[in-house]
Amino acid sequence: MTSLPASTDKRLGLVIDLDTCVGCHACAVNCKEWNTGAGASPLSDADAYGADVSGAWLNRIHTFEVTPADAPAQIVHFPKSCLHCDDAPCVTVCPTGASHKRSEDGIVLVTEDMCIGCGLCAWACPYGAREMDPVENVMKKCTLCVDRIYDEVLPEEDRIPACVRTCPSNARHFGDFNDPGSHVSRLVADRGGIELMPEMGTKPVNRYLPPRPKARAPAAGPVAATRPQTAKADGFLGWLDAALDKLG
Amino acid sequence: MHPAVSVIFFTVLSGAGFGMILLLGLGFEIDGGAGRAFVVSLVAGGLAVAGLLASVFHLGHPERALRALSQWRSSWLSREGIAAIATLVLFGLYALVWMTTGDRPALLGGAAALGALVTVFTTSMIYAQLRTVPHWNSALTPAVYLGFALSSGWLVATALGGAATAGLWGLALVALAWALKWAWWVRASRSRLSTAASSPETATGLGFLGRVRLLERPHTGENYLTREMVHVIGRKHARRLRALALVLGCAVPLLCLALIHVTGAPAVLTLLPALSMIVGLLAERWLFFAEAEHAVSLYYGNR
Repeated sequence: MTSLPASTDKRLGLVIDLDTCVGCHACAVNCKEWNTGAGASPLSDADAYGADVSGAWLNRIHTFEVTPADAPAQIVHFPKSCLHCDDAPCVTVCPTGASHKRSEDGIVLVTEDMCIGCGLCAWACPYGAREMDPVENVMKKCTLCVDRIYDEVLPEEDRIPACVRTCPSNARHFGDFNDPGSHVSRLVADRGGIELMPEMGTKPVNRYLPPRPKARAPAAGPVAATRPQTAKADGFLGWLDAALDKLG
Repeated sequence: MHPAVSVIFFTVLSGAGFGMILLLGLGFEIDGGAGRAFVVSLVAGGLAVAGLLASVFHLGHPERALRALSQWRSSWLSREGIAAIATLVLFGLYALVWMTTGDRPALLGGAAALGALVTVFTTSMIYAQLRTVPHWNSALTPAVYLGFALSSGWLVATALGGAATAGLWGLALVALAWALKWAWWVRASRSRLSTAASSPETATGLGFLGRVRLLERPHTGENYLTREMVHVIGRKHARRLRALALVLGCAVPLLCLALIHVTGAPAVLTLLPALSMIVGLLAERWLFFAEAEHAVSLYYGNR
């Protein structure tokens, strides 16, 4: 059913720390690896070994340059995947009921064998979180690794999304935003978690932690044109130095 | 946005078809017997169905198309499918009664006309509902779709209607439709993503630090998002296409209609302005897609 639940028991989602993300793309690679093997269908690529390679990814890492008014530019790596919005426009536009938001945990999913591949959900999403699979011709999106987080066969430390599990710089955190005491809720409260494009009215669950303020070096003055100073010599070399100076 | 040829044909042709159904259902005068009724009804229904078929084959999984009728509670696309099928059934029955008895039942015709109106409205709402595309997100979008459906439908119906003369209604309808489109263009020229308060700064949430500029895309190649929603190649000939749309879609039909009216030429000559308008509308619809900016482009270097 593509009507949205009024509220969900849990609000599972991610916190992404833009301060510690190093832009290594490991989360995107592990996401691709997990989802191409574990989902209802592979997460396909077209022309994977050719010149015009293109494929479906559920997580992509953009890199932005941010220029403050009074300081040098800084680089911010920016991983982006589905934000599992409370008011997800991608769900309500779906004509078939393939796109849905789960009332138990708030995860937004696509039932692949109900998807007709019309692409309207991708148009409705401001974040670019949905991509058409070029081989399966159905819409793909982040599942928050719904096939990992509840799988009791997996060791407990693996029951988190693949991107979170693999991040080497601890920039990704997973948890329940409905629980004010959860790890993710505390991170958002402590660090001022950011909502992306609030003006679109989507009420995203995922939050981004802003880069911490940079320690700025004091501005250096103009460098004086100086000749390298050599130590004064004494003895014979000292006499020679003075004599040569006199010659001009 | 990527201008998909199938969707352009769908919206233009089925717009004309449903415009015809609306007019015929309301009792648009057709001179002639069952044969004429058959031809006119066939063209009206055929245009509507051709458009629908084009849109179905645009899907990734056309064989699952019937599933699209299930989510009418929330989805304009689903509502469109239901409205289109209901309208075609009602109009089919209406045409059957018309051909066999020569009678045109007003109630059934009125229901088909209402259905056609609702169908065109639901089509336009698929676009008008999207906050991600500021050009489309306006009440003027349904007004333009209804205006073009009615005017192009009137031209085709008049051309096939067998009347001795064409009335002046067509001039008014074509002029009204283009006046609405002009207003739409004026609004579109002022409504960029920034007017919806969106920018790379809000897209990344980094505006508090300073000005945000894309340094590197996620991947070196294109992807579904850039092909579908960050499509800019279609804007290359925007000015020429707009001139083409205005000449073929507006000026030629108005001039032809005026000449046909002044000279008292037979209404069948309306076929020329009808075809001209449909070609002009294809150019107009291309620009409707190609010039529309999508919010996701903010993540790909647009500002």
